[in-house]
Amino acid sequence: MFESKQVIVLGERDGIAGPAIAACVKSAGGHVEYTSTECFV
Amino acid sequence: MPIPVVSAASAALAHVPGLCRHGSKPSRELPKNPEVQAQFLASLRTFEQAVAYGPHQAYLGAIHPRDLPERPWVGAAPNGEGRFAGVGELMPEDEFLGLLAAVDDFGLVRLGAPEAAAIGERLARHPLGAHFDLEKVAAAAGDAEAVAAEPGALPLHLGADRLAAAVRRAHESDAALTADVFLENLAGKASATLALLRVLADNGIDPASIDYVIGSGEEAIGDRYQRGGGNLGKSVAAAAGCVNASGCDVKNFCAAPVPALVIASSLVAAGVFQRVAVVAGGSLPKVGMKFQGHLKHDLPVLEDVLGASALIVEADDGRSPRVRLDSVGRHPVAAGSSNPKIMEALAFAPLDRLGMSSTDVDDYATELHNPEITEPQGSGNVPERNYKTIAALALRRGDIGRADMGDFVETRGMPGFAPTQGHIASALCYVPHARARLMDGGAQRVQLIAKGSLFLGRMSEQSDGMSVLLESNDEAEG
Repeated sequence: MFESKQVIVLGERDGIAGPAIAACVKSAGGHVEYTSTECFV
Repeated sequence: MPIPVVSAASAALAHVPGLCRHGSKPSRELPKNPEVQAQFLASLRTFEQAVAYGPHQAYLGAIHPRDLPERPWVGAAPNGEGRFAGVGELMPEDEFLGLLAAVDDFGLVRLGAPEAAAIGERLARHPLGAHFDLEKVAAAAGDAEAVAAEPGALPLHLGADRLAAAVRRAHESDAALTADVFLENLAGKASATLALLRVLADNGIDPASIDYVIGSGEEAIGDRYQRGGGNLGKSVAAAAGCVNASGCDVKNFCAAPVPALVIASSLVAAGVFQRVAVVAGGSLPKVGMKFQGHLKHDLPVLEDVLGASALIVEADDGRSPRVRLDSVGRHPVAAGSSNPKIMEALAFAPLDRLGMSSTDVDDYATELHNPEITEPQGSGNVPERNYKTIAALALRRGDIGRADMGDFVETRGMPGFAPTQGHIASALCYVPHARARLMDGGAQRVQLIAKGSLFLGRMSEQSDGMSVLLESNDEAEG
């Protein structure tokens, strides 16, 4: 579902970390341009 | 081998509404919009409101967090406690400006002359007044407006608009010593010193008996050649009169206090030192961080206090809670960054090692950020998320049944009550309560769980954390 898509990944500290989302995006054919995890507290 | 105990603990808050504008978020956002700035300044709490705020009283140890009333806590009836409560105090900001001057070894804080006289008198009457360097407070008196107008200086206000002091930059070109960075570091030093002085005075501990002071706050002092390389621990030791102490800092973002406690306990267990203090001062950059959410929901600016803590670790005295060094949990690199994996590593791996069930732990102290502060900004309820994860993992292990999950969260968890300065919220804030419960028979074991967002430094995608069990001395005897 992400084939030919460029994706910016923002993970959340208490939720899903950026690298985990990026791995899913890549496995779905997407190209990850940037990944980070943020802390919102 | 000596068994380490936490023989004393204190908590301190400094109410700093006038300094809120110097928090990282307000200092960036307020200058962009005069209307927002006016709304911000009109939404600062009074000292009386800050004292009456239930979570502050819980932080000071006057009320257990599980005994807090139903939310909302803003506007709730006060519980009758004053500024001196529990194991600490909430200091008003005029006195805190004086304390900044009292711990300022380089004379960079200038207090307005009238304010300096009044503040000096108030600090002299303070129960810890004999320990404050009032000569420095008097020497700081001068023309605050003139200093505030100097290049690179910052004006310091009382409340919304009363310019009462100013702080000079500590170097004319070093970005690590600008006035705002210096003020952050000095606020951390001052609040940590207040907490250390209190734990010493309240427990009759001779400052000269402290061998080592470990700083575990978020501020990383230094200069441009070694940003963050400094040693706030020993600076606090000196300010508190611990003349025989050396010290160091332990850095690990919000998680630092638990590793600092473990290191302090290890030093005592190894016989390297007899009495070690772990201190943490408040984080000025975090003040006012979520003000936009608060204003949007017609709340006051709730992040208007600096939180500080101090605790003493020494060899077993036969009554204080023991630090179970065989229970230390760490977040290994291979565990990754998912919250369940982190909790497995921190909360459950140590219990497995010791042959314990999750129900052998009476209280789990994890990240205890006050949800009334975080939810309006969309950051959710941090402790609730953690407790649900722990309960779900306990269910998966078969320690509890599905029907027990709610009760597990309610009785072994607690509502968040700490200011959102992560290292303070990350289990450290619960140590005074843990001591009380472990010493009065209310609990046998408390697990402290700290997590830190290592990835924020952009050196790694990793996060980190550490956990440790505190156990009642009676339990250990049994």
